[in-house]
Formats: sequence, C-alpha cells, structure tokens
Amino acid sequence: MADGSASVMHGLTSVMVTVFGPREARSRATTQHDRATLSVNDGRACIQRGYVGRILEFAANIKSTFEPVLQLYLYPRSQIDINVQILQSDGSLLQAAINATTLALIDAGIPLNDFVCGITCALHDATPLLDLTSLEESDLPHVTVAVLPKSGKITLASLETQLAVERFDEMLRLTGDAAKVIHIEMVGVVKARTDRIVRAMDSAQASGGARGIPDVDAEMGE
Amino acid sequence: MSAITILKRPLDEGVQVQRKFFRKTAKGKVVKVLRERYLRDDIACGIQGICTSANPSLPSRGDLTHPSFPDGHFILPDTNVFLHQMDLMESEPFNAPIILLQTVMEEVRHRSLPLFNRLKSLTKIDGKTMWIFYNEFNAETAVVRQGDETPNDRNDRGIRNATAWYNTYIKNHLRVKQGQSFPTVILITDDVENRRRAEMERISCLSVRQYVAGMKSADSLLDIIAAHGEDQIESTAASGRRPALYPDYLPRGTLLAGVKNGTFYQGFFAANPYNYLEGTVNVPTFAKPVLLVGRENMNRSVEGDIVAVEVFPEAEWKAPGDEVVDQEAALKNDDADDSEAEHETGETAARLEERKLLQREVRERALAERAKEKQPTGKVVGVIKRNWRTYVCHIDRASLTTDVRTSTAQQSVFATPVERRLPRIRIRTRQAPSLVDQKILVTIDRWDTNSRYPEGHFVRALGRVESKEAETESLLLEFDVPYRPFGRAILDCLPSEGEQWIVPPKSDDDPVWRGRADLRGLDICSIDPPGCQDIDDALHARLLPNGNIEAGVHIADVSHFVPPDTPMDTEAAARGTTVYLVDKRIDMLPSLLGTNLCSLRPHVERLAFSAIWELTPDAEIVDVRFTKSVIASKSAFTYEEAQIRKDDLSLTDDLTNAIRLLNILAIKLKAARMKAGALNLASPEVKIHLDSPESSDPIDVEQKEQHETNSLVEEFMLLANISVARKIQETFPLTAVLRRHMAPPPTNFEKLQDLLLKLKGFHIDASSSGALAKSLDACVDPDEPAFNTLVRIMATRCMLSAEYFCSGSVSNDTFGHYGLASPIYTHFTSPIRRYADVLAHRQLSAAISYTPLHATLHSQSYVEKVLDVVNRRHRMAQMAGRASVEFYVGLAVKARGQRNGAALDVIEDAFVIRAFRNGLAVFVSTLGLEGLVTFKKEIKFDAEAYSVTIQDRSGREVTISVFDKVRVKITVEKDRNTQRAKVKMILASPIDSFEL
Repeated sequence: MADGSASVMHGLTSVMVTVFGPREARSRATTQHDRATLSVNDGRACIQRGYVGRILEFAANIKSTFEPVLQLYLYPRSQIDINVQILQSDGSLLQAAINATTLALIDAGIPLNDFVCGITCALHDATPLLDLTSLEESDLPHVTVAVLPKSGKITLASLETQLAVERFDEMLRLTGDAAKVIHIEMVGVVKARTDRIVRAMDSAQASGGARGIPDVDAEMGE
Repeated sequence: MSAITILKRPLDEGVQVQRKFFRKTAKGKVVKVLRERYLRDDIACGIQGICTSANPSLPSRGDLTHPSFPDGHFILPDTNVFLHQMDLMESEPFNAPIILLQTVMEEVRHRSLPLFNRLKSLTKIDGKTMWIFYNEFNAETAVVRQGDETPNDRNDRGIRNATAWYNTYIKNHLRVKQGQSFPTVILITDDVENRRRAEMERISCLSVRQYVAGMKSADSLLDIIAAHGEDQIESTAASGRRPALYPDYLPRGTLLAGVKNGTFYQGFFAANPYNYLEGTVNVPTFAKPVLLVGRENMNRSVEGDIVAVEVFPEAEWKAPGDEVVDQEAALKNDDADDSEAEHETGETAARLEERKLLQREVRERALAERAKEKQPTGKVVGVIKRNWRTYVCHIDRASLTTDVRTSTAQQSVFATPVERRLPRIRIRTRQAPSLVDQKILVTIDRWDTNSRYPEGHFVRALGRVESKEAETESLLLEFDVPYRPFGRAILDCLPSEGEQWIVPPKSDDDPVWRGRADLRGLDICSIDPPGCQDIDDALHARLLPNGNIEAGVHIADVSHFVPPDTPMDTEAAARGTTVYLVDKRIDMLPSLLGTNLCSLRPHVERLAFSAIWELTPDAEIVDVRFTKSVIASKSAFTYEEAQIRKDDLSLTDDLTNAIRLLNILAIKLKAARMKAGALNLASPEVKIHLDSPESSDPIDVEQKEQHETNSLVEEFMLLANISVARKIQETFPLTAVLRRHMAPPPTNFEKLQDLLLKLKGFHIDASSSGALAKSLDACVDPDEPAFNTLVRIMATRCMLSAEYFCSGSVSNDTFGHYGLASPIYTHFTSPIRRYADVLAHRQLSAAISYTPLHATLHSQSYVEKVLDVVNRRHRMAQMAGRASVEFYVGLAVKARGQRNGAALDVIEDAFVIRAFRNGLAVFVSTLGLEGLVTFKKEIKFDAEAYSVTIQDRSGREVTISVFDKVRVKITVEKDRNTQRAKVKMILASPIDSFEL
C-alpha cells in the first residue's frame, strides 16, 4: 500500500504516481546520514523497450526537479521512492508526471517547500502553445518547465529541440502564468481530498474513533 | 493574449473527440493509437461581416453573378472536384467564392500529393476567393466515423454536415436588408450518391457540369471540365454497347504479384517516334528492350507510363520494324466524333489501313528475319503508374465537323500532341474553330477499353502557332521546366542592398571577411563566350620563385548568398539548373545573384571560392589548396579576344603572360588526359544568329567555332572539378555529391560497329574508353573530313548520359567518369547555373572547416533525393535547349529560303545515318539538323547492307547506303492539319527524289 498517490489525466495522457516512504533505506550504499535519499522509478520500462536512455533521463529529470523542493533533511538515513506509471501517452508526459508527483508527495504528507507545477510550451511560428499532444510535440520546438508558483522559481527547464533564443523569454513568462493556473487547480484538488479525509475521520470519530489529526486545510491555504 | 484556463471535459465525451486505430510497427508489433481532437467553437468561417478573424476573404453576400442564384452563393466543392477538375478550378473565369474544407484538403493530400500542392498554391493566387474552413476542429461540424461507415462515407457526411452548418450559420448571424434573402452555400459534387443524400438532407447541391453550365462564361469553361465521372451523370448506354478495342487490365494485386514472381516485367513504356504502332519497354532482365507491336499489345500505354508486360515465348520474338509509320498520314480519315460510326460499320478505313500496315510488316519481317536482331516481344497487361501530364497540342483541323468561327456547338476533335510519341487525344470543345491555329494545353483524363484514343480536356490556349511566345512556353511546358517568376519569399532572401551590394571594406571582425583570403592583388581574368552575363569562373597563373607555376580557378561564391534551407535554396534545388533557350534564359537563381552579385565581373570586388594549385612546368600537381576568397577580376575576355591576345607576340603584360602560362599547362593537361583514355566526342552544336535581341528573328545558323582558349578554360575547370571531387569524397565518404559517367554496355555499339565494318571497313573497339578513343581517331575518310565528326556524333549517341550521384549510394568502383577517363568527378565550377555545384560548394566549404556542414547534407537519403531531381531537370533542360535550337533552325531555314527567293531552295550536304524500308534518315551537319527523306514509290531496301536502291523517272538505279553523302533540299512546311511546322527534306542529288 502506497503512502501517497495521484493520477493526472491531461488530454489522452494519463499518468499515475505512487510515493512510498519515507521509509528505511533498502541499500546501505545509497544511504545518506544527514538526509533522505530520493529515488524515481519509471514504470514504463516494462511496457516499452528500447528507450532505456530516454526513460533514465525522464526519471533523472523528475528526481532533479524535486530534490531541491523536498525537505529531505527531515528524514536522515531513510528513503523516498517515487513510482511513475504511464498509462496512456499523448504528449506532455513530463508535465503530467511532475504534476502527479507533486500531488502524490502531498498525499503522502512529505513536506515540500512549495508546489511544483510542470508545464510544456511549444512554439508555432511566433505563437506559443501550451499543453501539447504528441503530434504537436513531434513537430514543434518545445520546452518543459517546472515552476514553483509562489516564488516563481524554476527548478527544471528541459529543452530537447532547437529554439530561437529571442522567443525563449516570452515562452518562459507564459509558462509562469500557466503554472499559476495549474497551482490553483492543484490547491483545489488537495483541499477537496483533505476535506474528504477529514469528513471520513469525523464520521469515524463520531462512531467512536480516535481524535487528533490536525486540520490540514489551514496549513495548505495561501 | 487571452487568460489561461483549464478546460475540462466530461469523460463520456471521449468518443466524440477521439480517433482510435491500430498501427503495425516496422517490427511487426501492433500499437494502439488514440488521437484526440480539440473541438472549438471559435473557428473562423471567413465570411465578411460575421467572421471574427482579422481578414476574412469571402464577401458577405457571396457571388451574385451566377444567374441561378440571384441572392448570392458560395460553393463548397467536395474532394473529387479537386481531384478531377483542378484545371477548372485554376482557370481564370471560374471565380466563385470557394469554401475549402479541411476534410477535403486532407483527402486530396492523401490521394495525390501533386494535386495537393496545386491546391495549396491555388489558395494563395490573387483573384481567387477561397477560405479554408477547419471543419474537423469545429464542435458543430466534426463527425465521428460510425461503425459500419467507410472512411469515404464519413468524409462525405462531414462535408454535407459542414454545408448544412454554413447555411444555418449564415441565416442565424448574417444581417441582410429587408426583402433580401440569404446567400446559399452550394455543395458541388459529381458523386451521385452523395447528391442523393444531400437532397434528402435538404442541402442544395449541384454537379460540376450543372453548376458551370449555369454560369455566364459557360462556353469556355465547359471545355475544361474533365471527362471523369461523367458516366455517373449521363448514363452511358451507348458506351456499354460498344465492343472493347483493348483487353482489360489485370487487377492491381495480380500485377504486383506477377511482377514480384517474375511472370510479368515492369518498366517505362517508350513509344517509337518513327512508328506509332510500336513501342518498347526496357526491362533489365533482357539485354534488349521488350518490343510491343500493334495497338492491342501496347494496350493504352502512353509514353512515360510504368507498365507491366507479359513476354511472349521466344518463337514469337521479332526484329523491330524498318518502316516509318506516321500516325497522321495513316489515320487521316479517322473520325473523332466518337467511335460509334466506326463500330456500326464494323471496321473503318482507318482500322483496315492499320491492319494492312501491320500485316505487311509481319510479312516483310518474316522475309528479312535476322536472328541476331530479334527482340523479345510482349504485351501490356496492366499499368502500374500513369505518368500523364498536360501536353502541348494542336487541334487537328480535319477532325472538325464545322469550321465556322462563330459556332459554339460542342464537337469532338482530335488534339495532336507536339511530341511525336504520344497518341492523339480526343477532346470535346465548344471553341474548336477558334482554337485551330493555336497551341493548346490538353490533359488526358482516361482511356477506356472501348475507345481507340484517350479522352482528355482542354486546359488553356498558349497562343498562335509559330508565335515565339507560344513556342517558347510550349517548350518549357513540354519539358517541365519551372519558369514562373521568383516569388516574394525567394526575393526576400536576397541581400537587402540589392544592386548596391559590395564587398565590405576589409576588416578582421567583418563576418564576410572571416577566413577569406585576400586575392584582390592577383591578375585574375575570366574567359567566356561573347555576351556572357553569368560569369562564374575566373583564372589566374603566375610563376613561382622555385620554377613551379601557381594556377588558380576562382568560382563565384554562390553558397555565401544562398544559405541552406531557405526559400531561395529550396527553389534552386527544385529548378536544378538554369535552362538556356535560344532567345531566353530561365534562371535557377534570381538574376540579381546570377548576373550581378555572383557574376565575377571585371574591375569589381567579388566573393569567390578558389582552388589554387602549385604545378610543375610539366603540369603535375605538387599541391592544391581551397579557400574562400575575395577577388577583383582584371578583365573579362571572350574566347576570341583571349586567343588574339595570346597570339599577339607584341603584348607582354602580366595578364597576357598569365593566359600563355595557362595555355601551356592546359595543353599538357589535355595530353595527359587523352593519354589516360579520355574521349573526344562530338555533338552537333550550332549557333544561331539573332537579328537583334528585341525581334529575335534568326538570320542564320552556323556551326560553333572552337578556339584554343575554349580548351584552356575547359582543362582548368576539369582540373578543379576533379580536385574538389577528391577532397569532398575524402571528407564525406557517404554523402559527397559526385558525377559519374558509366561505361556503355557493349551491345550499344553493335549496330555502329556493324555499320562501320561493312560500309567503311573500320573497326570500333568499345572495350574501354581508351580503345574507343583510339579506334574513333582511326575512322578517317581522307576525302571527307566531316566523316570523322559524324562517326563521333553517332558514337556519342551510343553512350549513356552522365549523372550526379551520392557517393554513399553506389560502390566505389563505379565512381569513374568514362568520357573524361577520370576515376572521380564532380561539378563545382558553375554554381550560378547548376544546383549540384552549390551542394559541392557547401561540402567543400565544410571540408576546409569554413562553415559547418548543414544537417541535410549529412543525410544520404536527402542528397539522393535532391540529386534525383537535379538529374531529371538537367536532362529536361538539355532537351528543351535542343528543341529550342531546332525550332530556330527551322525558322532560319525558312528565312533563308525566303531571302533566296522562291526559285532557290535551301540545299545542303547531308549524311545518311539510317536507312528504312521506305526512307532515309539524314543528318545535315551545317544546320545540326536531322531529318527524314521518305519515298512514296516502292524502293529496294537491303537491310544487310544498310542501303536503299531507288529508281528515278528515267529508270536509272541509284543505290544509297548509310554514311553516303547526299544533297538535300530543305523546306519548312506547315502540316495542313496540325499547323505543326515540319522540316521536310527531299533528296536533290545523287537523285532528285521529288515526286518519288
């Protein structure tokens, strides 16, 4: 049973992320004495072969996106596993995976400095486009950005194609705006989820359960 | 920019917007692919007044000129209209506002890429009002394929939906004045079923013919309507009755399977220009092409089609016919107005005539059957790919039923293509009388089994026969030369300074000067034919202190101005080469580059790409280097001027000395090349004197003169090309752009060898280029200096043509250039007029690390693709050039005849090059003209001795064989029926064949 999970559907793209931990580190070699180790595992490997390099890079991208955001120092000598399962793929995979990971980590109750909002932006002639399908992705130069919406900081910018440098600034600004929209959506989802849990607990308590879960809602708010 | 929002869709909407299909991967796995469509409600409809888009193109009330729709209308054609009636859509008077659906665009693209490209350019033409409506993305017009629906039906339904949507949309949104009603959107389709359904759904729809017939300019437009699909409109009871003249084609699957397992052979159909009842298909399996005799065996193939043939058993193999059979002469009386009459009476005269011809041939052939000339015979069982295009034709006057100019009655007439290899095309037109003395463009639409001739339609008129504009345009069309002026996007790629562009002053940080050698101080000059505007090469030479000689070839740096992957580059790649006609030049690059910025004019600084050698006085290469440079040519000589300068011993200036140095080297280079076995070939080259550039009336024709300096320039260009070829092949072994000339197969020479041996006693050894060169040198007739040239010309015709290729695509041992006897060769020296040279420039530039190589030039498949186009264009350009010369020679002959007065005909010496059973093919070297002399009277033909024996009126017998010199009277005659100018030759001596 996972400690936290989230699935994000985005057009025909569908990604499910499960988070395990923090738990005791499995291997001695990777254990760090002052903080938790983060490991990302891409569940695609068993479905699609021949893309090992791409999958490794994909996992590494997610790992490097979340390492600076997670408060890993709280859990020395432990390990947090992130499992990314791609159920359907139709473009903007990294974006969906990042958003799902953020939600799954929150669901698992692992402290984050901020939400991480992934967004993919492409350029068609001079018009920037958001939320690409795989057709668009294969034809247009595109960049995937992970933004911390509160601070506006960027933890990931992944560009695999060539892009005119004059346009990059404009695209980056657009992804910042889009990240804010995603952020509001994510907050809504988290609140709704917490709300449901709290209700469930209340009813459990009414039927004689233990009391004591703090009100997550208040902390999650702005 | 609008605010960013997240749009969510209920899950159950998925079916509406998804497209699901299974795809098999290359490895054989099956992948399920789901595609999602974003449906929107803000797709612009394009109608002025209600459209939200910035510049809608459709007038708000549509077109008001069509008498059937006084309230205005738009037309919405379906896919088949664009597939079959593109000529109509492109024609000028057809100007109704058109709504083009995305569904239609995609279907057209799917069915035919060339038509899709024409459609795309059609949307951009001024004078056409067109709006592309993305109906598949509009929430209200998108359709999803139902379970039992074929993709075709789904598209048809989508098109009907969109039409209905437009009509309601206009009603709901357009504001019209009181009393006016709304414009309608009319579905145009030739599909009967589609129309029936549309009527059920109360959508107004018309067939193309119905729509056009109602238009004001119907008369001229109705002709352009292609014959496709008319069966569905007018039920063809008549045609059903007709017996089939040709066997049916086998089903496609059977054909492909047959070709695969070797029962059928696939190849290009080539008609015999001398005999319209005979054609050949070149099949690699047989040494000789497969011969197809008679209409039934050729089975509706048209020159250039890819056909599948079945080969008959060896006992039925034959030799090709020896007779000249002219379609026009043989089928004079054939009736164009449908073959009905023909079939009622069983056989017409034409058919009998044809049968007689064939029978006679069979008989005579049996007599003269020569085992070694036997060729496989066969019949066409199917057409793999039609290569029909538009053909330049004349209307056959004899096929007209009425000659009255004002008559607009529709009649079937024959259009005779200018190209002899094509059959006559039957077209239906209302303007036949006014088209009679015009050159017109005609497309073939179909060729049914029960129709003797292909059916086609009139596209447009080019102009009066023999007017230079019409003849030039028809040449360009006939050889598929792109001749439209350069578009905006291409001209935008030129330097913004235009004519004022100059090499910037020398400085280290100027990008133009980066890495360029400053060769402005060298004594460089160019040597070209007189009147040359695009000077792409210049030369220099000087003595080095160590006794060696430094020689340099400087080529215009075109690649500096034409960066890869720009519109200009794409256009140049598509044009492939500059085409030279007698009175016109069709440039590959805009003339600003060709004749100015890249032209190495004297006394101005120009960018160049230089190859500089250090040669020993014996012309051995010590060292070669390549560099981008800036040069300032000191003078532009013509070949003649340079020759005079070189020979004038009183001149001792640096330039003259340089020319002398170059000449000495060139002589040695040539000697070395000849020793290695290079061929000295000849082709009939003539020069046409034009009266003045404006009138372009030819005055006279003369053979081109050769100076020593011609050879000088040629040697150094060869040297540069070879050196560059080595360098780029070394650096880019997989993608280097090279040129090769394959050794001809020995069978090509069989006939010539036999001819020379029997008639002149010479032996031709074609085993290697060196041996061939030697034996050609030996073919000298002391009485007849021109004989050697004639043999060379005939030998040249036995050769294969040289071609560009990508070094990675063929094995290393086939790189060689047979004619030049060089192991490797490329084209580097004329980048202004040849695209292959531009590629070579880019590769050399990368090879010397001046610029990085563009990604496309790393891709073998890309280079192959580009070179395929360039090879084809090159061939076409050569043919167009030759045809242009031929046309002007004809004019010149005519002019000369007129100048001499009626009494004096043009009489020239000619050599017999081929003997037929009823005629002789002769070659007039002074005019570079080949012609036929045919005899109406029976003559004795000796196929073994290649000779004919003619009896003149007094009973004297004269035998004429191949290589004999005769005198011919040349006249230019207009064919009475086709208006085609024809060179006619009559023997004047040794026998006057007039009236024979």
